[in-house]
Amino acid sequence: MMSSVAVAASNLHPTIDAVWRIESPRLIAGLTRMVRDVGLAEDLAQDALVAALVQWPQSGIPDNPGAWLMATAKHRAIDHFRRNTRLERKHEEIGRERQAQEMAVPDLDTALDDNVGDDLLRLMFISCHPILSTEARVALTLRLLGGLTTEEIARAFLVPEPTIAQRIVRAKRTLAEKRVPFEVPRGAELNARLASVLEVIYLVFNEGYSATAGDDWLRPALCEEALRLGRILAELAPQEAEVHGLVALMEIQASRARARVGPSGEPILLFEQNRAHWDQLLIRRGLAALERAAGLDAIKPGSSQGFYALQASIAACHARARTPEETDWTRIVKLYETLAQIASSPVVELNRAVAVAMASGPAAGLELVDALAKERALENYHLLPSVRGDLLKKLCRLEEARSEFERAASLTRNARERELLLERARACVVSSEPG
Amino acid sequence: MRFMMIVKHAEKQSGPPPKALMDAIDQLAQEATKAGTMVGAGGLGPTAEGARVRLSGGKVTVTDGPFTEAKEIIGGYAQFEVKSREEAIEGAVHFMELHKKYWPGWEGETEVRQMMGPEDMKPKS
Repeated sequence: MMSSVAVAASNLHPTIDAVWRIESPRLIAGLTRMVRDVGLAEDLAQDALVAALVQWPQSGIPDNPGAWLMATAKHRAIDHFRRNTRLERKHEEIGRERQAQEMAVPDLDTALDDNVGDDLLRLMFISCHPILSTEARVALTLRLLGGLTTEEIARAFLVPEPTIAQRIVRAKRTLAEKRVPFEVPRGAELNARLASVLEVIYLVFNEGYSATAGDDWLRPALCEEALRLGRILAELAPQEAEVHGLVALMEIQASRARARVGPSGEPILLFEQNRAHWDQLLIRRGLAALERAAGLDAIKPGSSQGFYALQASIAACHARARTPEETDWTRIVKLYETLAQIASSPVVELNRAVAVAMASGPAAGLELVDALAKERALENYHLLPSVRGDLLKKLCRLEEARSEFERAASLTRNARERELLLERARACVVSSEPG
Repeated sequence: MRFMMIVKHAEKQSGPPPKALMDAIDQLAQEATKAGTMVGAGGLGPTAEGARVRLSGGKVTVTDGPFTEAKEIIGGYAQFEVKSREEAIEGAVHFMELHKKYWPGWEGETEVRQMMGPEDMKPKS
């Protein structure tokens, strides 16, 4: 029989793990501000975790585990700089930091809390810095801000663990070598840098949402992680309309997560989804975030809905409709027109064509789709023949519809989607034969 | 994973909650919102204004509150999106610690329950 101490210790590990998840981003952010090196900050935070794993099973979890971890990591930082005499300059810095804290701020906690928001925001900006490749930004953000392990990130993105580990190591080295400042950018730089942060978060979300090979539970977890990062960012940068736009978009899309896959994993199209399974809590949150974005746009002269807020508005049109028939297609067409003005792309055009077909009939939509058929970018995009097939079917041009569905099936990489498209192709044959 | 935190306590309490507790809870809620974990919360009114609709012995009966026979009633709830059961429990422990600190003598509990989606509710075939 195990001793009670051992039982308690083994039971404690999930709790320590949970504490780590909660505390690690703030810990790394605060340490980065002190030591000016993300890589070193993460190592110090990990050292503190190791110390907790040794000590807490015996002493119990401290009342304020975050402060305990931070104090431990700070001691390690001081030791590190004392040992490392070559880093004289940083040594002085950390010495000053410590002295200042001992003299002026006896309450470590309060000092931390004051800076914690800014530090987290800085950590987001540095993890999503444009000098890093997009893949590196994603991996670093999930590692530092999401508290995900290298193995978890690798599993979620279906790549080998060493690949992710290497990306993270290189990213940290690049940030150190280029001496990227740990700061919140200001002025004109802010918009570009913020766009990069939003892009990374949305990329993480989409990776989970549009899982092409998604049996792994970690892929839906990516959606949750992106949503959490978005919600944090919305609190850290509440004056940025596009942040709320992105949060709104993700909340509303996530609200349909349970309805968009059938019992055997097959995709269910928007209009066939059981709307009772849409998550009304997330829809409410999404609509509220959209309102915040609109409110900010309204007080800023000359500003209009951004890329994410527009897409969120479109998603909101669907979310508000209790039945597919209630969908406000005229408004959706208008929103796509605006979206095309700020971010024109063949995919946006294709979506606009679908909306036009719903608002003004399949013939009008088909006209737009046919104009897109010459687009190089859509050559291998399965949704083009899929949409075209759908419109042709509605116009009772069944033979043409069948061949479009078959072409779409040959282009998709998702096995379940292929089955669905082939089924639709077969349905065209059946209904064209007089019974 | 989404969790519902259900807070239960005796309906007759020694007066209204102290302001310090309400402030601390407010602060906690703000922090949880900032951390992106709390997605919804609410408090419930007195049972005297509520009712119970019960199916028993093939009969549906409506009973108006208060629920005097109940030792503890549900006072409020919060919904959290977290990564693990442990993280949810950690949050509930913190919540109860605040009560311990700011409302001496108060007794009650926070029940932590995972919220299931339709996919978890499928009848077994």
